[in-house]
Amino acid sequence: MSENILEVKNLKAYYDILKGQVKAVDNVTFNLKKGEILGLAGESGCGKSTLASTFISRKKPLKYISGEVDLVGNKIMQMSEEEFKELRLRTISLIPQYALDAFSPTKKIKTYIADLARQHGIKTDKEFFDKVKERLDLVNLDESVLNRYSIELSGGMKQRVIMVISTILDPEFLIADEITSALDVSSQRFVATMLANLRDLGIIKSSIFITHDLSILYQIADRIMIMYAGNFAEIGPTDEIVDNPRHPYTRALIDSLPKVGIQYKDKRLSGIEGTPPHLLNIEEGCRFRHRCPYAIDKCEETPEREKVAEDHFVSCWRWKELGSDLNG
Amino acid sequence: MAKDFWAKHENLYYALTNKKVIFGLTIVAFVFLLAAFGPMIAQYEYDEYAGQGYLPPSSEHFFGTTIDGKDVFTRTVNGLRSTLLVGAIAGSIATLIGCIIGFVAGYYGGTIFDELLMMLTNIFVVMPQLALLIVIAAFLEVRGTFVMAVIVASTAWPWTARAVRSQTLSLKNQEYVSLSRISSISVGRILREDIASNMFSYVFMVFIQQFNGTMLATVQLEFLGLGPTKGISLGLVMQNAVNWNGIQLGMWWWAIIPGLILTILITALYFINTGLDAAFNPRLREM
Amino acid sequence: MAKNKDVVMSVQGLTKVFKSGILNPEYTVAAKDISFDIEKGKIISLIGESGSGKTTVGKLILKLINPSEGKIIYNGKDISEIKEKEETKQYYRRVQGIFQDPFATFNPLYRVDRVFDLIFDSFDLDYEDKDQAIREALFDVNLNPDRTLGKFPHQLSGGQLQRLLIARALLMDVDVLIADELISMLDASTRIGVLNLLVESCKKHGMAVIFITHDLNLGYYISDHSLIMYKGRLVERGDTKKVYENATHPYTQMLFEAVPEIGERWDPDEEFLPEQVVQDVKEFYQENQGKGFVEIEEEHSVLFSDK
Repeated sequence: MSENILEVKNLKAYYDILKGQVKAVDNVTFNLKKGEILGLAGESGCGKSTLASTFISRKKPLKYISGEVDLVGNKIMQMSEEEFKELRLRTISLIPQYALDAFSPTKKIKTYIADLARQHGIKTDKEFFDKVKERLDLVNLDESVLNRYSIELSGGMKQRVIMVISTILDPEFLIADEITSALDVSSQRFVATMLANLRDLGIIKSSIFITHDLSILYQIADRIMIMYAGNFAEIGPTDEIVDNPRHPYTRALIDSLPKVGIQYKDKRLSGIEGTPPHLLNIEEGCRFRHRCPYAIDKCEETPEREKVAEDHFVSCWRWKELGSDLNG
Repeated sequence: MAKDFWAKHENLYYALTNKKVIFGLTIVAFVFLLAAFGPMIAQYEYDEYAGQGYLPPSSEHFFGTTIDGKDVFTRTVNGLRSTLLVGAIAGSIATLIGCIIGFVAGYYGGTIFDELLMMLTNIFVVMPQLALLIVIAAFLEVRGTFVMAVIVASTAWPWTARAVRSQTLSLKNQEYVSLSRISSISVGRILREDIASNMFSYVFMVFIQQFNGTMLATVQLEFLGLGPTKGISLGLVMQNAVNWNGIQLGMWWWAIIPGLILTILITALYFINTGLDAAFNPRLREM
Repeated sequence: MAKNKDVVMSVQGLTKVFKSGILNPEYTVAAKDISFDIEKGKIISLIGESGSGKTTVGKLILKLINPSEGKIIYNGKDISEIKEKEETKQYYRRVQGIFQDPFATFNPLYRVDRVFDLIFDSFDLDYEDKDQAIREALFDVNLNPDRTLGKFPHQLSGGQLQRLLIARALLMDVDVLIADELISMLDASTRIGVLNLLVESCKKHGMAVIFITHDLNLGYYISDHSLIMYKGRLVERGDTKKVYENATHPYTQMLFEAVPEIGERWDPDEEFLPEQVVQDVKEFYQENQGKGFVEIEEEHSVLFSDK
């Protein structure tokens, strides 16, 4: 099992609020292999970003309930903040969702990078900046950006700077949370490809790429995991998920994506009726059942995670019998 | 009937059922009652020799007596009445000026008119407030309540103007304002329903803040001996206490009690403010 | 006016220059020389990235801002000449918009019903029973009136709010609807429902829709005509299928290369740099100097050079 960078078992993390518990990440199990980009997709509020913060920030009101997370031999859920600090940037690194807004308008990029490095206890000597310049070159940015202010850079350029900073210590595991969603189409492609390049070059060993956009995951992810309303729905190799989805939700999600070549006049796509459930004090059972066309009484019970094929798991009571039906 | 009333005035309902607001309002009401009826309960005149000096609080003298035997309770409630009056009038004037200037500047945002108004505001912002107050106050030989209020308000409005302007600017660019515009709603109704009403709670809170600030500024001036030329005030009571070394002599009741009342009042106003914030904002209501 | 096309609105040479600062003004050209016709019952996609000027065009048509140059002809009249109150009202009676952020489009202090109350207050809507009309419109957009009316905006989802606004446009039975990034804030599973609804309503009521978007796939899915905007200019336009199948302007080509699609992977060996397009466009214009806007096939035109 040493080929796994990350192993997550039955992880539960809830938000404690006045009215009760929001079960944002409920019983999620998966692993991440060395050299792999795992795409994590789902709608807003499905718990995908919460999952990321469970690994890295662990701040209130988010509360770790149970389950295991093993990051290259470190049981990170049991670690103290002090111990965990050592792992940040070196072993685990996060590009948060709103990273683009984090640039200070009054600081030059160089100062910004230096401040950030110092916060993580990294020496900002010439050697460090040589490495930064080397990496900037890698993402096709001229080193002159170091002496510019953030407002002079486009969103895509800022996102590239962020990628350089967060991978400067060659982390084994990078969490990229919606790094393409605020960007223009043209920058999206570059940034997403960049992530795959970093992996190919061995700068990062593995990554979880969180996004609501399945079509970007199709481009660069090795495997895709689908979450729905805080629950694990399905995980599998990218082509398997796209061509042979087993969970009704995965199928509906893929079917609802417009593609060039499909016009309304010729073929009508269908969305999913209804909206995701509220996760506050949610009851047992498959959380998709109220919107699922295939729901039966059995779905009142929470489905088990079952193996479909090698690396392909699904949580649905009816995946076997529906298999062919869904593909039709 | 009652139900209809509350359905129409939901904001009021939510405001009046908010615990913080209730708590704050109770205390503020108490302080106001003290200012209103205190002087009637008091058995002495504020300048009258009421008995032995140096007495700690007792049933005879609720707040004790000063070093020269004046009744601290009488002086405090009379002073409170005058200070509250100055603070309230000044706060109202400052809020009014600030809102008008801010609202107009914001609505005509980006024009020369806006630029001029903001230039004027900025000049007032950078003026050293206390120095200006001292000069104005010292220049006027006779200072009544209203004159005092005007003096205090004259330096208090600029921040409100700036805040209200930026609020108006951002509200003006809201998409619901665009929707109202393409619904052909009159400018007056947009100003009222989309901009002003979304600002009402903001303005109300600005007023409470202003009241807080003007009260403090008033007490400051009074403490420096630049308060109303006639009568007593909260600041003056404290000034006397300090001048006569009240604290050093162990006469805590003389200096601490008036200050404490001021502090409690300001804290209560703060509670009302945060409570109202939750009550006026439908999104926070459900939390 | 009898034409072979049923044109409801005509945009001619529209230009908008924003000025910022008073003492030392800076000028930004948000839209330059934009011309196109809007046909009855047709959907036009206005596609561009941030800063392309697509939203500006929408705002100009909605008279939320005034053009620096050019005209928008509606009913034989330039709409910037509409100043008088009653006439403005008549214009808005027929031309409406839906904006990007559903939560910002509803005044948070009022119940969602207000968007209907406003139009019934302002316009002479020909309905016998107002409440019944609203309920029917809500059923038309697949909303349950009992679960939506009387609610505050924050109690509904983004998709429901956008449906309410479509219902509002249906009630008014408008000629032209500007839908600015109507679904970009919605989730994948709900957006397609809203989109289908928009197309259905458009076809059923003969309403013309200008669908402003940055998403090529969505643009292709719903529109009859496509307009590609780049840095304030219209660089390619025409029949959607033709524009997509025979993209000619380097910017349009770049967009197609960049758009992620399921079932078709990006070529990993191809070097793709977003900055490259600036240079490509420049060279393209130089090569084709003096050509201007040319129709390369029927219903498909390309900007070959910047005059």
